[in-house]
Amino acid sequence: MLKLTIKLFAGMLLLIMATSCVHLKEYQKSRINDSEMALSNRKAEKNELNFQSYLEASSGANAGKTGGGCGCN
Amino acid sequence: MKKVLLSTIGFAFLCRVNSYAQLKNSPNVNKPLFYVGAPAKADTTAYEARPLYIDEVNLVSSYYSQTGNHSAITGGLGTQTVSDISNGLELKLAWANNGYSKNSLNIGLGMDHHTSASSAYVTTTGKGKQDGSRLYPSLDWTLENTKSGTSFGLGSYYSGEYNYKSLGFDMHFAQKTRDKNGEFSVKAQAYLDNVVLIYPSEFIAVVAPAPAGATYITTASGNRVLSTNGSSHGGSTSLPTTPRNTYTGSFSYSQIINSRLQLALLADVVQQNGYLGLPYHRVYLSNGKDTLENLPSSRFKLPLGIRANYFLGDNVILRSYYRYYMDDWNTKSSTANLEISYKISPFFSISPFYRYYTQTAAKYFAAYGVHTIKETYYTSNYEYAAFNASFFGAGLRIAPPKGVGGWQSLHEIEFRYGHYTQTTDLASDVFSVSLGFK
Repeated sequence: MLKLTIKLFAGMLLLIMATSCVHLKEYQKSRINDSEMALSNRKAEKNELNFQSYLEASSGANAGKTGGGCGCN
Repeated sequence: MKKVLLSTIGFAFLCRVNSYAQLKNSPNVNKPLFYVGAPAKADTTAYEARPLYIDEVNLVSSYYSQTGNHSAITGGLGTQTVSDISNGLELKLAWANNGYSKNSLNIGLGMDHHTSASSAYVTTTGKGKQDGSRLYPSLDWTLENTKSGTSFGLGSYYSGEYNYKSLGFDMHFAQKTRDKNGEFSVKAQAYLDNVVLIYPSEFIAVVAPAPAGATYITTASGNRVLSTNGSSHGGSTSLPTTPRNTYTGSFSYSQIINSRLQLALLADVVQQNGYLGLPYHRVYLSNGKDTLENLPSSRFKLPLGIRANYFLGDNVILRSYYRYYMDDWNTKSSTANLEISYKISPFFSISPFYRYYTQTAAKYFAAYGVHTIKETYYTSNYEYAAFNASFFGAGLRIAPPKGVGGWQSLHEIEFRYGHYTQTTDLASDVFSVSLGFK
């Protein structure tokens, strides 16, 4: 499963590189720069991520905590 | 699989060649295929020198309420009722040097207060401490250079509650691609934690008779301390602690695909060492006796995630996220999240969301009364059980150009509610409010 996941991610990375030839100028980024388009968690999500890390065995890869820092995993 | 990868690489090259062919007369003709170094051409977005100023202030408050019947304190069978109020303040300060560099300093302070019904059963009488507070300040400095597209920063973090202390540090670096449409970032983090050794009361050793004029009392958390004339000596601050260290390498690459789509790949590599259970978690064995949770002193975790946000039409934004997780305790999980943000107006949006989560059990988990005395490691903490979970709700965001309610400083307000259920019968609700000031 690990090998498959790594291959999938490698494939996706290559796909991004392949399609990254679309160069946007700043004036073409009006939609991309919309605050709702941010590739990050919402501020109000912070405590949701916190309780999920207490209740679930997994954490990380979401710009949140990966363990440590509190009594959770 | 090799064929697929080679085909993709080939497609990437073809795509590049084609794009440069179209830009024959452009000064970009000789650009490398993939470039993360400093751009050769000077940027025109230089900062003017500016003294320290407040860039942004954010306040986030949440209320959380939970019910369930699988508490780890009572060996996987017992109330999990919890309520929690948390408040966080984040102050973003900034100052610009002459040229292309900008400094930012984020100062954070958070405070939680919770009540937990199961905590009362750290003592066999069920009269233990049921509440606690946590204080967690943080400090992060980042230096950004718009000319080279790089940023570098250092961060620190502290968290303190009566049964757990944590000190964290991080160092982060990011580099934009030459066309500013992509960014690679890396972060190294270390959390140096200390678990206070609070044991269930039946596991506290019988102590010698108290000296004359003194007596032993049992604290709310179930620990026995010496008391003289009503004042106790010891208590939670004098209880022994044991370390738990977490080291994380975080990697991400984000890319604008076109004017409507952008995505990010996220990966963390996590190694934990030390005391990875909690000392007041009981395990009831098949012979009817109880013992303390015992878990290995090492754990390796590998979460891999992808985010993709798509602007559909003029009013709808699809925010999606998927994560695959595995660790060397044999837990595997998948998380999928979709949020549909609908813009009722440019400054007002409503965002229903749904998150699905599924995990397999860790190899050390068994339910109440199932573990045998022959096993080396055991836990009845349902965090490590096999289950599915659903989380759904909605958010509301208001960000008018003249400020919320005409108050210019309050540039954004966000409300969010979610309901969470697990197939273990745990259920919870969370309500959050976020205020953004400029």
